[in-house]
Amino acid sequence: MADDVLFEFLHMEMVSHIYKDQASRGEMDKDRATCVSTLEGMGFRVGQGLIERFTKDSPSFKDDLDVMKFICKDFWINVFRKQIDNLRTNHQGTYVLQDNKFALLTQFSNGKQYLEEAPKYLAYSCGLVRGALSNLGMDCVVTAEVSLMPSCKFQVVIQKI
Amino acid sequence: MAVCIAVIAKENYPLFIRSVPVQNELKFHYTVHTSLDVVEEKISAVGKAMADQRELYLGLLYPTEDYKVYGYVTNSKVKFVIVVDSSNTSLRDNEIRSMFRKLHNSFTDVMCNPFYNPGDTIQSKAFDSIVSAMMVQAS
Repeated sequence: MADDVLFEFLHMEMVSHIYKDQASRGEMDKDRATCVSTLEGMGFRVGQGLIERFTKDSPSFKDDLDVMKFICKDFWINVFRKQIDNLRTNHQGTYVLQDNKFALLTQFSNGKQYLEEAPKYLAYSCGLVRGALSNLGMDCVVTAEVSLMPSCKFQVVIQKI
Repeated sequence: MAVCIAVIAKENYPLFIRSVPVQNELKFHYTVHTSLDVVEEKISAVGKAMADQRELYLGLLYPTEDYKVYGYVTNSKVKFVIVVDSSNTSLRDNEIRSMFRKLHNSFTDVMCNPFYNPGDTIQSKAFDSIVSAMMVQAS
């Protein structure tokens, strides 16, 4: 169905627009970081709104692991139409979510081609997860890594004050 | 019909508070503030009794001589507090639940508004009109 790809196209345009903006102002290197943080910030705000809508009818969560399971199942299904394939934790605040066929990366390549470009396209999704978790009361840092497309891993580290 | 409706953020400051007899506003602010203690107690108490399903609706927080205070907490720890007149005994639990449901739906819409920053006071007209519809008409 065509409506699945609508968001993927929008996302691709978003990323290229942000990078084109920065490139036109010159100074490549240190502005790469600001591009990534802009995308992440967008994802953050969207994540906050989305989580409010998704958790409207569900009961409260018992603990952090319960929240992560919700993110892996319901949240991921609603946003990317599939579940997270693998969730690992060290039970001390670090969680690794592995998605073997990440929706935003499937069109890139089936292996190592375009590996350097991949992180740009993961920034928004990292922000999405961070925004969702922050609205549920968990402050965290979310990073993503890709070694073989289209599978990727999101690492969530909960900040304990 | 409510006499006062308040929306309180996760950090316990008010995002929205509206009461009908405008002269006594301070009294309602104080009531809502004290009801927050009861809300906190209920949230942490349910955490100990892990067996039962935790509901968002908290029920009657406490009755005073003039009115009753009801509470509801969302998954993002935003609290809704409704104060109703005690003389209006015809209000049943179901009606209060449906009032909270409408409030939650309206709040979710406010949250998804790109011009609203989470943490600001709520200034949406749509939210305002939903709240006014639930309040006692000022005579």
